[in-house]
Amino acid sequence: MDKVTLEVVRSGGRRIRYDLRYRKGMTVLDALIEIREKLDSSLGYRHSCRMGICGSCGMTIEGVPRLACQTQISILKTDVIRVEPLHSMGVMRDLVVDIAPFMAMHKSVKPYIMRRNTDERDHSDREYRVLSEEVRRFLQFDYCIMCGLCYSACPTVALDPAYIGPQAIAQSYRYMADPRDEGWDQRIDLLDTSHGVWRCHVAGACSFVCPKDVDPAKAIQMARKEILKKRLLRRKARVGAQPVPLLSSGVVKQGVKPPPFDFGKGSVSRK
Amino acid sequence: MVEAIDHDVIIVGSGLAGLRAAAQVLSLSSGSGPSLAVISKLALMRSHSVGAEGGTAAVLYPEEGDSLELHAWDTIKGSDFLADQDSVWKFVSLCPEEMRQLERWGMPWSRREDGRIAQRPFGGHSYDRATFAQDKVGFFEMRTLYDKLQEYDNWSRYDETFVTSIVVEDGTFKGCTAIELKTGRFVFFRAKAAVIATGGAGQLWKFTATSTSVTGDGIGLAYRAGLPIEDMEFMQFHPTGLIPRGILITEGARGEGGYLVNSKGERFMERYAPSKMELAPRDVVSRSIMKEIGEGRGFKDEDSGLSFVHLDLRHLGREKIDAKLPFIKELSMKFTGVDPVEEPIPIKPTAHYTMGGIRVDGNGRVLDERSQAVRGLWAAGEAACVSIHGANRLGANSTAECLVYGRIVGEDIVRYLASDNAHPLGNDSSLVASEEDRVFRGLFRNETSSEDVYVLKAKLKEIMDKSVYVFRDEEGLTDAVREVKELKEKYRGVRVTDGSKVFNYNLLDTLEVGVMLELAEVVAQGALNRRESRGGHARLDYPQRDDTNWLKHTLARRTEDGPSFSFAPVCITMWKPVERKY
Repeated sequence: MDKVTLEVVRSGGRRIRYDLRYRKGMTVLDALIEIREKLDSSLGYRHSCRMGICGSCGMTIEGVPRLACQTQISILKTDVIRVEPLHSMGVMRDLVVDIAPFMAMHKSVKPYIMRRNTDERDHSDREYRVLSEEVRRFLQFDYCIMCGLCYSACPTVALDPAYIGPQAIAQSYRYMADPRDEGWDQRIDLLDTSHGVWRCHVAGACSFVCPKDVDPAKAIQMARKEILKKRLLRRKARVGAQPVPLLSSGVVKQGVKPPPFDFGKGSVSRK
Repeated sequence: MVEAIDHDVIIVGSGLAGLRAAAQVLSLSSGSGPSLAVISKLALMRSHSVGAEGGTAAVLYPEEGDSLELHAWDTIKGSDFLADQDSVWKFVSLCPEEMRQLERWGMPWSRREDGRIAQRPFGGHSYDRATFAQDKVGFFEMRTLYDKLQEYDNWSRYDETFVTSIVVEDGTFKGCTAIELKTGRFVFFRAKAAVIATGGAGQLWKFTATSTSVTGDGIGLAYRAGLPIEDMEFMQFHPTGLIPRGILITEGARGEGGYLVNSKGERFMERYAPSKMELAPRDVVSRSIMKEIGEGRGFKDEDSGLSFVHLDLRHLGREKIDAKLPFIKELSMKFTGVDPVEEPIPIKPTAHYTMGGIRVDGNGRVLDERSQAVRGLWAAGEAACVSIHGANRLGANSTAECLVYGRIVGEDIVRYLASDNAHPLGNDSSLVASEEDRVFRGLFRNETSSEDVYVLKAKLKEIMDKSVYVFRDEEGLTDAVREVKELKEKYRGVRVTDGSKVFNYNLLDTLEVGVMLELAEVVAQGALNRRESRGGHARLDYPQRDDTNWLKHTLARRTEDGPSFSFAPVCITMWKPVERKY
């Protein structure tokens, strides 16, 4: 292959073809940059890190939501590549879509450590003891770069714009699974709604397209399990059973205790 | 009349320093607090701080043998004694608290067996004090801070809004002009206080670890407002940039035990830094790699034409690579087709970190040419020069600086707003109208463009890669200065060819290149002036450090004819300069 054509769906649905010389190792982003710099300065697309970590360059490439920067042209097995904006997000110009509603969903699930003692969290000098296996319970969900590919791929998002979506649910679960967090009850209430976790049809498209190997579909299932446990416990409570901590032994309800701090700071004088 | 938007505090830039400053202002404010805005030319969370990989330095375990004094010494020695030592002391003293603060905000630090925070070795540090979360430290720190900010409702975000100028009158910050990319609207943000936290200028080079957005905008804002910028000739070339793009392979790869190997199969660092080997500071390792390549012991990539050496991780084994360096494996496989478990990684030094920047004092307040603080203006992170990195930054000290100085600046602003110094919001100044004229009538002029901005950008990068790289000399730098001046002249003929108001990236590219050319001139001329070798600035024709004549900071101020240079003393409070050996 020494030539490649990008067929870009631009604002208003125009399909424009750009012919380029193919170079070994060329990515779709390389091609788009070459188009803007050499063929058509008006082509709109976002990009920044070009190393698959900033989440800017999500777009639909050959029918699948992908990051342009880490999509090698050679793996697409075609010399005419269809490039469209991400789906389920409003087009602002060419391949640039409106990510504000997606970002708002992330915020809506309270994606931060909640503690009863906010002063200890924000203004102390302590640390919480967290074991490596506890980190592993939430770490993969923390890989999310907020690129919106899962949101774009999700068939439920396409039908129900009020659905919280796979990204936000995965982030909510990330904090539920964090032993430092004490916001479990609030998180459950935010997800246990008609536009929450029960809306998911378990298509699994989110996990399939994630460029960082996050598994939002798993997070959705795990969150459902937590909700069912909570309902079950409420029923049990009525018959007098003792509630037990839900995620791991005693850790979630109590929060992790910071170890004592016993060394001073700045004891060395300047020479 | 340009539309005005009022806030008490604006933070320009949404990387680690900007988000940390925002978090500090918000966490210290009660009630509705000051009106805070974060402005970024990217969407929030897209800043290149997410690309930081290996670690954040801090003395967490003094009871086990580390000390603030040792961290300060490593930093100052690493800086080749150009760092200001009072700033370094303040910096190292606050690093430990920052690690724990992020921990309490949810940072997924890698852990020791007992659940406390783990640390790894890093170049130039004489103790294992790089705090890490796998090999995605900057990314996780950004996630932690971004998520923390989601707790607050009393701040505004202006995503994808490009600041074109800052307005400083009578020694006081008045506001900044900006273009909202979504609409093309030109606005004047009026504020009592502002932080410039826009990062470095790695994109002046072609082979660079930085994202395409790292174009030195904020440093350019200060420079174009007539404020001095400091030590711009000191650029850090990170030893291990992935062939062919320059993407960063973390120093953590060597921290975990990786070898650098030449085409003869030798671990060549033995020749240059026998005690620290691969974990010598970055300037030392980069020079060693370029020497090996120069003396014919490198490899050559036929497709890109680039020469390189090998970073060999194979002996670490799959398990360790997957656990400690998963991102390195991913990058290597995706961007050069090499699985580091099976094959060595092809690397060469890549433009990485701008040691210089906007001259600030110990509280991050921007200084004018008389070393007076500009009222209401701060800078933090890579955009600023405090200076704690001097001529060469140690690995793991930049994310640490962003956090520490984001916090310092946030606290200082809260104090400032509470004091009588907080000036009332400024009125529209004539500078705003003339800036609108420059951006719109100047660049959109209705005549055919005589120059192509993308050709100029490509040419600039070529010049910088060729003559202002790891090794420099008078001849190359003289050529570079002349060629950059020619490009600046040609830039006057550049026009924006895209006529759209909405997401006009051609306009953004054009504005960025204008700034890049001005900064490149400062870098090249500063490097030509400095007739010595110190840290990241290595002159083949002046191979020794010269403390008699050059133990001083370079200051550059803009004039119509290019930069005008002066110098400032280095603050030495703890250690006198000695020979630097590893």
